[in-house]
Amino acid sequence: MILAFVLPLFLLVFFGYAISFDIDDIQLAVLDRDRTRESRELVEAFSASGYFSVDRWLESAGEIDDALIRRQVLGVMVIPPGYARDVAAPGRSGQVQLIFDGSDANTTTIALNYADAIAGRHGARLAGQVGAPRLPVRLETRTWYNPTLESQHMIVPGLIAVIMSIIAAMLTALTIAREWERGTMEQLAATPVGRLEVVLGKLLPYLLIGFFDVATIVVAGIVIFGTPFNGSVLLLAVLTLLFLIGALGLGMFISAAVKSQILATQVAMVATYLPAVLLSGFLFDIASMPIVLQGVTYLVPARYFITVTRGIFLKGVGIDVLWVQGGLMLAFAVVGLGLATRAFRKELEA
Amino acid sequence: MSREERRLRFHRVGRMVRKEVRQLFRNPQTKRVIFVAPVVQLILLGYAVNTDVRNVATALVDHDRTPASRELVEAFTASGYFRIVLTSDRSADLGAALDDGRAIAALEIPRGYQSDLVAARSPAIQLLVDGTNSNTATVAQGYAAKIAQELGLRIATARPGSVTSPLELHARAWFNPSLESQVYNVPAVIGVIVLLMCLLLTSMAIVREREVGTLEQLLVSPLSAGELMLGKTIPVAGIAMLQMALVTTVALLWFDIPIRGSLPVLVLAAALFVLAGLSFGLYISTISSTQQEAFLTMYLFILPAIILSGFFYPIETMPPGFRELTLINPLRHFLEIVRAIFLKGAGLGDLWVQFAVLLTMAVGGLVLATRRFRRTL
Repeated sequence: MILAFVLPLFLLVFFGYAISFDIDDIQLAVLDRDRTRESRELVEAFSASGYFSVDRWLESAGEIDDALIRRQVLGVMVIPPGYARDVAAPGRSGQVQLIFDGSDANTTTIALNYADAIAGRHGARLAGQVGAPRLPVRLETRTWYNPTLESQHMIVPGLIAVIMSIIAAMLTALTIAREWERGTMEQLAATPVGRLEVVLGKLLPYLLIGFFDVATIVVAGIVIFGTPFNGSVLLLAVLTLLFLIGALGLGMFISAAVKSQILATQVAMVATYLPAVLLSGFLFDIASMPIVLQGVTYLVPARYFITVTRGIFLKGVGIDVLWVQGGLMLAFAVVGLGLATRAFRKELEA
Repeated sequence: MSREERRLRFHRVGRMVRKEVRQLFRNPQTKRVIFVAPVVQLILLGYAVNTDVRNVATALVDHDRTPASRELVEAFTASGYFRIVLTSDRSADLGAALDDGRAIAALEIPRGYQSDLVAARSPAIQLLVDGTNSNTATVAQGYAAKIAQELGLRIATARPGSVTSPLELHARAWFNPSLESQVYNVPAVIGVIVLLMCLLLTSMAIVREREVGTLEQLLVSPLSAGELMLGKTIPVAGIAMLQMALVTTVALLWFDIPIRGSLPVLVLAAALFVLAGLSFGLYISTISSTQQEAFLTMYLFILPAIILSGFFYPIETMPPGFRELTLINPLRHFLEIVRAIFLKGAGLGDLWVQFAVLLTMAVGGLVLATRRFRRTL
């Protein structure tokens, strides 16, 4: 019960609120050896950008090491003596050094890009140009589907696939393995119901729970996080159904195969939940993985389901684009159901 | 306490430890869980938890088809950040490629790009980015801006009468100059794996005996509550430390992660962290009556512990309430220590705060768990 209803909300709050890749308050320390109006203007340009906040003023170069090792700041800006003079002199440039703590590569990469842009703008202003700098090549960038680049809009649709994987893995593993442990499975088998019917009968309640959870996340995502929903609800429902059947079938297969609750949950976690978080493109870009691992991701159904949920939520695409994913998920559902029925039959006859 | 009594006590705990170890290793599955699973997890997580952005699939429409436009495309592909997956001459294909996910970015070069460039009319090139993965999109945009800026600078300085920019920014990244996410993530995976194992083994330790009914047998034995606890924790602590060594070795050899700090400091941190993890596990064990319950409680603890540890989501970007919550998370402090030792070569002097917190958690956790354990008996 806790698993079915509390866990999805719990995950939504933790993933939705706590995770954010939106970097906008990078802590900076400044070692200003010039101490002129020009150097203060440069620092001001950084803190006024909204991306950096200047927290500390260093007195000597010896403090840089300490500030970075203890991670009190992410970066240190060093303005050398004579900066103002160099800026004013024609044919010379003021040299500014920016040292980042590179250990968190992702944050640092983004911070570096921001710093480059700010320095570029400030340099153009110093050169006496008004407005945007007239570079020989202008790059106009537009972002589709998520123009403000909010990480929550990427996480909420993906979360549907992750939570469904957890529900499927844990619920089936726990409850069906329990029937095996207690021996009530044999009682079921003694009743004059067909095997496929037993399997379907077992699936139905979880399908309902799963659907309830998906609806909760969709509504909460739209209402609380403001995630846009541009596609068709019906298509989402149909494809969710396919994914759920496949994942539940797999969960039943696992629990029938190992028959112990503890083992079943562990196998189910390793087989469904971890790949759904790590190898589906939920948080980590598949294109950046090594080739072998990229190959493995094709075996992870959550990968297709996440493409579907993001496509429907953010891109508003329909079946004309998603038919490949839909077809593969249909295959997954058939395989999952088939595996569950077969494992069930074999175990009962043994 | 007399000397004889102390000797007896050691003897009893020793026996208990021997029984626990024998019980753990009787099951061949356990052996696999203890020694093979962490290595597999490390390799899988080490490769999958990767936030580097490379080879962004890019669609290209070049309306100009001149040496200058080809130079621009070349600048994008040579960087290694963009890879052209599709070329077309219709702008509509760009949108379609983003829609069906064949491309993440789309580059469009207008007709007359070269002539505008020669005439210094600042031609504009278009870049469309798929924002569904906000992180990839942010990073890719930054790279694109940089590539365009560098190309522009190259063209500008080649022109007669060019002026140098009055400001030059030299940015460097310390500790990880090539900015690879693996060197940051792999040390952290070590912490996650060790915590998982500590919790898994201890949270089952008492519950299993209770379910099987052997707890009563232990209770009528002359072992005291404290001795029982010691007997339960020593083997798990030993296994966890062994795993730590195993996983660290794999990280060093397989992933080539540098270790710049001192090994003894790392071992000390690991010992404190393992104790803190164990006491949490034991506490769960004492409040759960079935293995299933223990497993679920553990799960509800480990999930937020990982999310709020700074493992793959930076703590700095969390909203205020969550940021403070990370302070009571032992994993957070341990990850800070591990990363600082591996990457920055930090020592005890730099990390004493984290060490103090871990020590407090280890001692406090053990006291709590023992007290709670005594009560359930």
